Amino acid sequence: MGKLRMAVCGLVLLAVPLADVPAAAESAQELYRLYCVQCHGTQGNGEGINQTHGGLAVSPRNHTATLEMSKLSDADLRLVIAKGGDATQKSELMPPFEHTLTGAEIDALVRYLRVLCTCEGKK
Amino acid sequence: MRSRRSILLRGVLLGAIGLGLIARHDLRAQEGEAIVKRQCVTCHNISGPAPQDVAGVLRRKAPDLFYAGSKFQRAWLVKWLQQPTPIRQAGPMFLNHLVTRNGKDKINESSVKPCPSRLYPRQATAVSDFLMTLRNPAMKAGIIAPSKPFSDAKAFRLFSKQLPCNGCHTVNFKNRKLGGVSGPDLRSAGLRLNPDWVYARIQNPQYWDPRTWMPRIEMSREKRELLALFVSSQR
Ligand code: HEC
Ligand code: HEC
Ligand code: HEC
Repeated sequence: MGKLRMAVCGLVLLAVPLADVPAAAESAQELYRLYCVQCHGTQGNGEGINQTHGGLAVSPRNHTATLEMSKLSDADLRLVIAKGGDATQKSELMPPFEHTLTGAEIDALVRYLRVLCTCEGKK
Repeated sequence: MRSRRSILLRGVLLGAIGLGLIARHDLRAQEGEAIVKRQCVTCHNISGPAPQDVAGVLRRKAPDLFYAGSKFQRAWLVKWLQQPTPIRQAGPMFLNHLVTRNGKDKINESSVKPCPSRLYPRQATAVSDFLMTLRNPAMKAGIIAPSKPFSDAKAFRLFSKQLPCNGCHTVNFKNRKLGGVSGPDLRSAGLRLNPDWVYARIQNPQYWDPRTWMPRIEMSREKRELLALFVSSQR
């Protein structure tokens, strides 16, 4: 027990300044609200405040558009959330989230997008 | 002999004045601390840490000030605290200031309130002296030299076309106001923010605020420096 505590202390001391602070677990819906709604909107239809107040040169994807969204596979969704529009020949205004969200959080968001579009992705 | 004594005397005198100045500065900071604890901590967090979850982020009423001494420029604080002007067009947290009409989200302008601090000049100086003592010692200083020349066009391309920054932040480019509203308006960032902190904030937003809705984006040191110079040129 004492040894463990010492090891933990050591790890804390070793931590690089300005290192990441692990954040608490959140539901996919909360994650979507915090990170995506600002551009994709509370309804998921692409009408977030950054769009409606004229801040975006390219319209955010409408996540409720069943037909459009079913053209994207789960792997496509995972890729664009992690690496951003830049990595998928889409607009750079879609940010990369790989250094902000964990893999599990991105997977949860992919499942949440499937609820919003009431669709399945191409296999 | 006499001249040496007069030098000694002068040294002692200067030292005393210096100590007096330091003492007065400390006294002012103490006075500032008292004002902040009386009038500001109902909304602002001055001791940390930042909220760790979304619920905490939603409850936060005002920006954190516990690293104010690393973040702000003192001269801006002294002036702004006497007459605050809006910085966050959608409030401290956009989800708390939304209305949705016909499927479109809009900022509920009437619910966005400015900072109520309207201090007298003497109070503003004291409060600024106190806030400037709230430093984060881990932050590297001397990274950004705001006078260093850079290409405005190249920097704006990076900010708006190659990276998503402009999607959430409004800036001035060629006398035009451009950009999104979910992050702070950066049009006075050159007067407001410490350029070294701007660099550190871009490098790791979640270090400062674990559940901020600005993503951390990996890029070269040169690009981050260009962005920090560009932001610090906004005034
Ligand atoms: C700064 C604004 C912004 C934010 C924040 C944002 N997006 Fe986007 N997103 C966009 C834009 C703009 C597009 C459209 C890109 C295009 O069509 O070229 C887009 C497109 C997409 C697409 C479609 C990609 C494709 O291949 O068609 C998905 C899926 C997506 N975003 C998911 C998300 C998720 C999930 C989040 C939150 C974790 C999020 N976005 C946050 C702006 C944003
Ligand atoms: C009723 C809540 C409230 C009180 C009380 C309050 N503030 Fe504020 N303050 C805010 C809000 C909200 C903002 C954000 C304003 C904006 O972005 O336009 C803010 C912004 C600030 C900022 C700028 C922060 C930043 O990151 O841009 C400073 C500095 C500040 N306040 C200092 C003070 C001081 C000093 C006092 C006490 C004398 C005080 N405030 C009292 C609500 C409050
Ligand atoms: C998805 C939205 C979003 C994107 C994209 C974004 N930011 Fe931010 N930014 C924010 C938010 C939110 C904050 C902090 C809000 C607060 O302090 O109230 C912030 C804070 C900042 C600050 C500190 C400003 C201040 O007044 O406290 C700077 C500087 C900054 N961002 C620069 C950038 C740069 C450069 C980029 C591109 C690499 C970028 N941001 C991309 C949302 C965004």
